[in-house]
Amino acid sequence: MTSTAVIDKAAPTRAVKLRSMSRDRTWALRWSYFFLTLFAIFALIPPLYMLITSLKTSAEISAATNPWWVYHPTLSNYVELLTSNQFLTFFRNSALVSIFVVTITMLISVPAAFALARMRFWGSATLATGVFLTYLIPETLLFLPLFKMFVVFGELTGIQLINKWYVLLIVYPTLTVPFCTWIMIGYFASIPKELDEAAIIDGATWFQTLTRIFIPVALPGLIAATIFAFTVSWAQFLYPLVFTTSTEQLVLPVGIITTLIKGDVFAWGQIMTGALLGAAPPLIIYAFLMDYYIAGLTAGATKG
Amino acid sequence: MADVAIERKDSAPPRAARKRASLRTALKRKSTAAFLMTLPLILLISLLVIYPAFYSLHLATLNKSMQRFVGLGNFQFLFTRETFWLVVQQSCIFAITAVIFKALIGFVVAHFVHNIPAKGQRKWRGMLLVPWVIPPAMSTLAWLWLFDPSYSAFNYLLAGIGVDRIPWTGETGWARFSVILVNIWVGAPFFMIMYLASLKSVPDQLYEAAAIDGANWWQRIWYVTLPMMRNIIAITTLFSLIVTFANFDIVRILTAGGPLDRTHIFATWAFRIGIEGGDIPLGASVSLFMIPILAIAAVFILRDINKRGNEA
Repeated sequence: MTSTAVIDKAAPTRAVKLRSMSRDRTWALRWSYFFLTLFAIFALIPPLYMLITSLKTSAEISAATNPWWVYHPTLSNYVELLTSNQFLTFFRNSALVSIFVVTITMLISVPAAFALARMRFWGSATLATGVFLTYLIPETLLFLPLFKMFVVFGELTGIQLINKWYVLLIVYPTLTVPFCTWIMIGYFASIPKELDEAAIIDGATWFQTLTRIFIPVALPGLIAATIFAFTVSWAQFLYPLVFTTSTEQLVLPVGIITTLIKGDVFAWGQIMTGALLGAAPPLIIYAFLMDYYIAGLTAGATKG
Repeated sequence: MADVAIERKDSAPPRAARKRASLRTALKRKSTAAFLMTLPLILLISLLVIYPAFYSLHLATLNKSMQRFVGLGNFQFLFTRETFWLVVQQSCIFAITAVIFKALIGFVVAHFVHNIPAKGQRKWRGMLLVPWVIPPAMSTLAWLWLFDPSYSAFNYLLAGIGVDRIPWTGETGWARFSVILVNIWVGAPFFMIMYLASLKSVPDQLYEAAAIDGANWWQRIWYVTLPMMRNIIAITTLFSLIVTFANFDIVRILTAGGPLDRTHIFATWAFRIGIEGGDIPLGASVSLFMIPILAIAAVFILRDINKRGNEA
């Protein structure tokens, strides 16, 4: 970017300084690579170890051999899990919950973000701040009152929500909607006003302005928000643990932890296989849409 | 924003002329349309976030069977229990240590990534962000297996250099270390990404000016980088403080609060009491203790965000 400026300013002292500076650079670069390699190893050990263990038989896992090496690789853990009805049920429940939650989230947060970004009305600024504050309220504060609320609701109306997978469709949006609305407000606010003014002069309604102009222009933001909503609902652990108990209603993370850990017997080969398969969908999305993922992450400061 | 509103009002027919159309114009009016568009959001937030938040205040004043009002009885009971004070202490140790190390590691790694040629940065960033992408419940299982008392893969490596086997999750000190380590592993990449984004936004001219003035690397960081990144550092740290303080997955899966309740934090202890122990009011009282920290952090974040808004 500013390379010309660098050359200009460095010019007078070039003869004296250049060699030591370039040597400094080389060393800084070597150290950077060295430490980055260390950190990358630290970051990748758990997923790699999942993969290593998932390729082993139970006999090899309990043998006193080197745990970091697979002597007799086998896919039996994968075959066993992918043909077990129970595991497929978990997977289906997780997929259904995530897809529905993403849809609900987008249907609620996109119009709301549009209204808050463009149509100033009584209390809109307060509401925008309120949305942001809601995002700061953690789920660990709300699970007990929500649990009690659903129990009372069941007693009053006879509609049983506890221990049904679709109860998650009601509670997950509380985690996804505030953040998605917040980053969509940001994306919508950055669209030049001339665009929607032109549309309105041409006789477009507010709805048309939203669907024909705002959504196409803010598509990167929309993708980032969708990825966020999917990742959050796929990874959520506390709510399904509290609200669902019978095996056919469980989602993947809770299912793996409650059914594969039987008492004190840990079927580690299968647990690691299940964990890897459970981590696969977010990882695949991340591998293909990394830039959107990072854009969403830095846009509104996600949970960390 | 405002210009559009004024034009729309001007072009609307004079009010006195047609009263019949008032309902239709009301529906067409901007504020009505806007209100309808935000209605689902308002309903969701008020019914499923604000109402339960106040409901938990109410729950905290009931007895175990939730039939009798006991006022502050639950809190008085908590204050007499030793475990409660352990949980307070452990929550603070856990959150503060983890956030400090996440921020430091994130800062250092972001500099390393920023240092190397731009071509390779994508690849490294991609690898370093993996811990953040894997659902924490799944990656904590891998850590649990790495920490396994009899087959620990870390102990195998340590045995190679002659170190005794370490009771990763079996002994108070090590168990506390382990939950913090896993939390750092999950959260540091987030700091790295945020800091990297803000490092890239520092203009190169500032570093050139500093270099001409003869600043060494430490002075460049202290007088150029840190002041430019101050806002992002503050917001990221406060965010992380909130979620780390309210963490559940990692402690629950790794130690479930053990050994002897020594690693319980507010969320896991509230779960143990409220769901597993069936005492919802007492559990709700425990989780209410998270509010002061959250409120303080939220106030600072809001202030910073408003400041950022004014600067832009």
